[in-house]
Amino acid sequence: MAEDAARKPIVVFRGVSKFFGEVAAASDISLEVAAGEFLSFLGPSGCGKTTALRMIAGFEQPSEGDVFLDGVRVNDIPAYRRPVNMVFQSYALFPHLNVWRNVAYGLLQRSPRPSRADIDRSVARVLDLVQLNGFETRRTWEMSGGQQQRVALARALINEPKVLLLDEPLAALDRKLRREMQIELQNLQRRVGITFILVTHDQEEALSMSDRVCIMRQGRIVQIGKPTDLYDRPASRYVADFVGKSNFFPGTVGEVAADSAQVTVASGVSLPVNRFGENMQLAKGDSVVLAVRPEQILLTRSAESLPQDSVVRVESRVLNRIFLGEHTEYLLSSEGLGEFAALAPRQSELVESPFETGEIVTAGFRAEAAQALAAD
Amino acid sequence: MALRRQKGVTALLVGPAAAFFLLLLVLPLVVVVIYSFGERGPAGGYTPAFTFDNYLNIASRGQAFLNTLMMAPLGTLLCALVAYPMAYYLAVKAPARWRVMLLVLIIVPFWASQLLRIYAWLLILGNRGIPSLLELVGLEDVRLVNTRFAVLLGMVYGYLPLMIFPIYVSLEKLDKRLLEASADLGAGAWRTFRQVTLPLSLPGVATGSLLVFILLMGEFIIPALLGGGKVFFIGNALVDLFLQSRNWPFGAAVAVSIVAIMLATIAVYMRFLLGRNQLRQEALI
Repeated sequence: MAEDAARKPIVVFRGVSKFFGEVAAASDISLEVAAGEFLSFLGPSGCGKTTALRMIAGFEQPSEGDVFLDGVRVNDIPAYRRPVNMVFQSYALFPHLNVWRNVAYGLLQRSPRPSRADIDRSVARVLDLVQLNGFETRRTWEMSGGQQQRVALARALINEPKVLLLDEPLAALDRKLRREMQIELQNLQRRVGITFILVTHDQEEALSMSDRVCIMRQGRIVQIGKPTDLYDRPASRYVADFVGKSNFFPGTVGEVAADSAQVTVASGVSLPVNRFGENMQLAKGDSVVLAVRPEQILLTRSAESLPQDSVVRVESRVLNRIFLGEHTEYLLSSEGLGEFAALAPRQSELVESPFETGEIVTAGFRAEAAQALAAD
Repeated sequence: MALRRQKGVTALLVGPAAAFFLLLLVLPLVVVVIYSFGERGPAGGYTPAFTFDNYLNIASRGQAFLNTLMMAPLGTLLCALVAYPMAYYLAVKAPARWRVMLLVLIIVPFWASQLLRIYAWLLILGNRGIPSLLELVGLEDVRLVNTRFAVLLGMVYGYLPLMIFPIYVSLEKLDKRLLEASADLGAGAWRTFRQVTLPLSLPGVATGSLLVFILLMGEFIIPALLGGGKVFFIGNALVDLFLQSRNWPFGAAVAVSIVAIMLATIAVYMRFLLGRNQLRQEALI
């Protein structure tokens, strides 16, 4: 969806900063969110993602810059007049109201107030959407976390907001339920077609649900892109490290060609690298790091069984084995590359039995697996 | 063995308070009930007898009952009306670093005895107080002491902190995200207050009202000093009956009646609160 340039942006940040006293919670954020998009703000706590969300909701006003909603500058429009709704982190359901009253709350604030029949119809429709029919008279505190989450969703969606804001909506749920709700949220978003903006510190959540992910650090946007782009072409070491796991091997730049460069890693192996971080100007002799994903590193007992194009092949000792269910993670050490991690899928066990701690194996990866990033 | 030990612990934990209540509350109450069926001795006090005369006689103190039963609820209501905005300011608007100090300031008057504080009002409301100031602007002959107004003023003044604190607590623990949620769903400040803040702080109002109401029902210093014998409470009737006319049995009957009325009122009130189940839940969490 994101690449659909014809869609008009529904949320626009133009040079937005927010200061709390001396602290800049958000610095010079510029961003466009397309209508119907599912965008996530991802980052560690204190990175400014929640502040960004709250500025869209109207709970915080930008100190500098402008926020536009559907083409209208909303800096001075209070929260209760904005066409957006929020699902709060711990849901913030009204404890003194039952499910029906919670869900109908938004409609009851409208003037003129819709007729009781209309409200009933709308409540039934959204409860149906979140599969909570029959819960109308329940007290919210009697419900499970997952059900409360659905009430919060229904309460927001009934207003047919232009943008639905979700502040760590799944943080309070256990892992399995969280997985289910992720899928459900994604389906829901496609069905209702409303723009979703989600805030999370859980990279898996952000990558699995969103059309685009906006990675933030210390109040700034570090990189925006499709999940696959962020994963395969991180702009910086920070992103490579934050999104998924990565090994970082220090290297030195050799010959530089038009769209590739020869990089020599510490082991003495030189490999052609054609993926680079954002805005990198490479010159001969520069220090860089090569980021290599653990799942791109192949381990084997017999070096000849590595693919022909594995440019890096190093003898490594297995330091540790961590069984992760679908994968096994190995921590290895080699003279050339130092300590690094490799991920072996269970299928590899069909060919070779799992490696034992202390065993010497050959680790290899292709040139395409490596991406050169600024050494910082 | 374990069970016996547990019973021992229970006895240790509950024992002191239970003994205290038994000796100083239940026993005296039983004595009062017994006295209420007796007769006045020739020189005052109590002579054993069994008669309902004392109770049949209560109508003669009807005005005291009427005053108490009208002024105590009215005083409670006024107290709540004055206390709520103050508690709201303290819990919601006041800067956090001032909060503790402001709360302490509310209790400071309580460091002086109630008698002194009410005497002070006597001076303020007396002829050389506010009325003399009013005379300067041409308002002659304004009488403030020995009126219902003075008694109400004293009652609200005297018990305000007891109302402020429970309301403050209930407002203070109110989840601020609920207010944001309300605004997010389209409710302005006033509607949010009416639909979220007020209902969720009612348990505090209820607790404060109960506290103040019970104490006002037993009040006698304020009406005695500021009402000047014109606004007579049951408390004053009791003082009079036990200490002046020494008609202990009649006094006992009046005391039993007021205790019964108070218990009935509280029972109805609690019933009403329990009916608002969700509020009770909130109060507990």
